[in-house]
Amino acid sequence: MNWLITIGAATIERFSLFGRATLMLIGAILAKPQPVKMFPLLIKQIHVVGVQSLLIIVVSGLFIGMVMALQGYTILVGYGAEGSLGPMVALSLLRELGPVVTALLFAGRAGSALTAEIGLMKATEQLSSLEMMAVDPLRRVISPRLWAGIISMPMLALLFSAIGILGGHMVGVDWLGVDAGSYWSIMQSTVDWDKDVINGVIKSVVFAFVITWIATFKGYDSIPTSEGISKATTETVVYSSLTVLALDFILTALMFGIE
Amino acid sequence: MKSRKSELLVGIFVVLTIAAGLMLALKVANDSMSSSTDTYTLYAKFDNIGGLKVRSAVKVGGVTVGRVDNITLSKNDFTPVVEMSISTEFSEFPETSSVSILTSGLLGEQYVGFQPGFVIDGIENLAQGDYIEDTKSALVLEDLIGQFLFSSNDD
Repeated sequence: MNWLITIGAATIERFSLFGRATLMLIGAILAKPQPVKMFPLLIKQIHVVGVQSLLIIVVSGLFIGMVMALQGYTILVGYGAEGSLGPMVALSLLRELGPVVTALLFAGRAGSALTAEIGLMKATEQLSSLEMMAVDPLRRVISPRLWAGIISMPMLALLFSAIGILGGHMVGVDWLGVDAGSYWSIMQSTVDWDKDVINGVIKSVVFAFVITWIATFKGYDSIPTSEGISKATTETVVYSSLTVLALDFILTALMFGIE
Repeated sequence: MKSRKSELLVGIFVVLTIAAGLMLALKVANDSMSSSTDTYTLYAKFDNIGGLKVRSAVKVGGVTVGRVDNITLSKNDFTPVVEMSISTEFSEFPETSSVSILTSGLLGEQYVGFQPGFVIDGIENLAQGDYIEDTKSALVLEDLIGQFLFSSNDD
């Protein structure tokens, strides 16, 4: 009988976790909007979540574009097809690497910070104090952070792709001697705005939503001790990275798999 | 002043993103021949379309004038029918024009090569929904090799 009890308890635990996460999401997103009060909070969170992640995104985008041009060139030049370097770099950045690598970096850079911040707010009873003052912590604390993440991560992913393409241009054209005209023109004739750019943006919006949801919920639901916060922070990075990779496969299959 | 500074930085962030989006739109993706421009539809029947795909280019002397919209099989005589949308900028092709399926480069993509015919009195221009009568099919490598073997056996 004991193993049945274990299975039952584990199932109930999973479902109640998911239920608590959904309740938090509904409370934070579907709350009556208060634009005047919320806008400064949102701007501050976009600054913390988005602007402060700019450096890591720009630097990694540049280097990923550069290394892809280098690797792609050594393979393509064997077929005399180094003119196709542009579309190779652009398509892999826009479709896959832009959204996914940005999401992984974002989970590590911003997601963990969100969890730790909210977890510590809970541990030092700031969230309870807000409730004592009749301020809903879901609307005051969680909601701006959630929206800031959903707004800034697609912007970061777009920047990542653009910088990566410029990095590929630096290595491919300026260093290895691919013709600049063919780099851009073959790229233009291959890359489609709706199919490649917009699908990449859709991907990054989905990833942003999942990461900030996991990050804010893990903080909000953490055990308010130093150990609990450290566990919640680790879980945020692990869970959101794995979810992003799994979702990426599903989204890619839906967008590009079936022609 | 703290909030002024973060507002400024967020503003810079937004401007950077718009610049990146513009760069992707104008320099990376090609949106010029999308459905937003006015097009008219022409049809052509081929014996064999080879590797032609939907969205392949339709070119006149190397200049892209349209795209392949749809490829179907005619129910009457089981030949492929290629539906092409041509930009209305280029609407004065005579009815004597011909189309053939060509390949760009040795291993490149296949496209529809469009040869405008001579303009003679009494010949009308191609209009929406017309069929182009004079078509040349794609070259299939196996057929070529077969023809070559067959002709060399004659000797």
